[in-house]
Amino acid sequence: MLTKKNRAPRLWVTLIGICGLALLIYAADTFGLMDNYIRGIFIQCCFAIIMVTSLNLVMGYLGQIALGHAGFMAVGAYTSALVTKAIGLGIKAGTIAAIPPLAQFFIGMLCGALAAALFGLIVGIPALRLRGDYLAIITLGFGEIIRVIIQNLPFAGGKGLSSGQAGQALIGIMKMNDIYVIFLVTVVCVGVMLAFVRSKFGRAIIAIREDDIASSCAGLNTTYYKVLTFTVSAFFAGIAGAIYAHRGLGTLQHTDFTFMKSTEYVIMVVLGGMGSMTGSVLTAILLSVIPEALRAFSQYRMLIYSVILVLMMIFRPIGLFGNYEFSLYQTLMKRIRKKKVQPDQTATKGDT
Amino acid sequence: MPESILRANQLGISFGGLKAVRNFEIDIKEGELVGLIGPNGAGKTTVFNLFTGVYKPTEGKFYLGKQLMNGKKTHEIVAAGIARTFQNIRLFKHMTVMENVLIAFTKDMKYNLTSAVFRTAAFAREEEEIREKALDLLSVFHLEDKADWNAGNLPYGQQRKLEIARALATSAKMLLLDEPAAGMNPTETAELLDCINTIRRKFNISILLIEHDMSLVMNVCERIIVIDYGEIIAQGLPEEISHNPKVIAAYLGE
Repeated sequence: MLTKKNRAPRLWVTLIGICGLALLIYAADTFGLMDNYIRGIFIQCCFAIIMVTSLNLVMGYLGQIALGHAGFMAVGAYTSALVTKAIGLGIKAGTIAAIPPLAQFFIGMLCGALAAALFGLIVGIPALRLRGDYLAIITLGFGEIIRVIIQNLPFAGGKGLSSGQAGQALIGIMKMNDIYVIFLVTVVCVGVMLAFVRSKFGRAIIAIREDDIASSCAGLNTTYYKVLTFTVSAFFAGIAGAIYAHRGLGTLQHTDFTFMKSTEYVIMVVLGGMGSMTGSVLTAILLSVIPEALRAFSQYRMLIYSVILVLMMIFRPIGLFGNYEFSLYQTLMKRIRKKKVQPDQTATKGDT
Repeated sequence: MPESILRANQLGISFGGLKAVRNFEIDIKEGELVGLIGPNGAGKTTVFNLFTGVYKPTEGKFYLGKQLMNGKKTHEIVAAGIARTFQNIRLFKHMTVMENVLIAFTKDMKYNLTSAVFRTAAFAREEEEIREKALDLLSVFHLEDKADWNAGNLPYGQQRKLEIARALATSAKMLLLDEPAAGMNPTETAELLDCINTIRRKFNISILLIEHDMSLVMNVCERIIVIDYGEIIAQGLPEEISHNPKVIAAYLGE
């Protein structure tokens, strides 16, 4: 349980754990293990983590199937790319004071996230009146609508809505592939989502998943919490999109955000366990790394995914982790307690 | 004359051509316990669904105190002060006993998204406070040592109690209990009776009770309303009701 007593040490242990991870990355970097290829995969892992954890808010905690998450990612990616491009042009023309690339990236990212959140709100208000299969279909539809509109927008590389021709890629996007920055952004995003889940908001959305009618009879404004979760989820998809847009290739194509992309993230959520952030993070990493390692079989990827999913539904329908959450603090405490001869009486039983 | 808490005036609802409830009149005073009985399918639960905004009434009006409640959403009605339990228990089964009660406190919690994300002092204080409040409430029902249990793992009788606790946590003035003794054995029913008496004493709350267990109804209710085919066929004191020929006919047939 969250009490004053163990709040501070828990935070410190988590921070130390994150620093440890950062040090590992630093070590890998200094020993020359991080070539451009590995960096690319690392960044891919990072935006996949943000995508999957944010989708897990809607699918795992709120319990609604959403198949259009890539659409919000696209909004974030294009908005941030256009913003950083505009800033870059402004600086070149001398109309804007020169600011460091990092600041440009963060401004772009924030704009992308806010734009995606706005779209989440616009889509969420009508869509969340529905539930189950109907919501799945409508989110799928919205995801595709967003992508098709982007494909035609003249300033996003399209030829205008009336021309009916497929658009070009958006090119000349600045590069922001500093692994430490991306790592930090990912950690903050996951941290914020965990904080969201472990507050009255998280409690409320889990209750809504458990029983919609009972929740409203316990005084919850279920529509508000549903739309809020959807918006928060879209916000983080926007951040993931911004990272994706600036990953270093300099181009964005609408075909990067098809329905297949959304499905991939849905698969990751289901595999990791709906309602487990730990599961989401680990499957996001696994399913970003494994396809790279198995490049030779890449055409069979979707086939393998579906076989894994079927097997999973038969043998472990709750996903790899169910709703288990890893907590460094508790794992350490357990170890420490085991080593003591007299077991500690002040055992904390956990919210994690 | 005590003030009236829940008042319905010519309340009714039709589903298409079917009038499920019509001309329903009720006036529950402060602290009163009224029973609502009737054969299966008479429309008792429909009345509850009307009072909690699950259904919207197509005719008539109902008031909480002096406030008109027609057309309000369920969570608004709960905020105004009507809480209910369900005939088939609707707990959040995979959440802990504590969390089930915390959910009902959520509407009164003030911290916002930012303080939740930054874990501010206000956040910690409020979370701590409502946990204490929830423990207090659970102790009334002797559930405090099971606060960490998953609600779905509680024995049946205690699940019923937890549902009542959750309803009370909304700080309601009017409590609607939908067949709280359904499926209970005599010991559990006796405990429930105790429990109902305790909450009346402690919370000074008005209760409207649907029940089929006549021993319970005759024991605790001050007044009884009988409905059949969506209409009130009799009302009065328990002993009057038990001798009313219309009621006997409705239950046993002509």
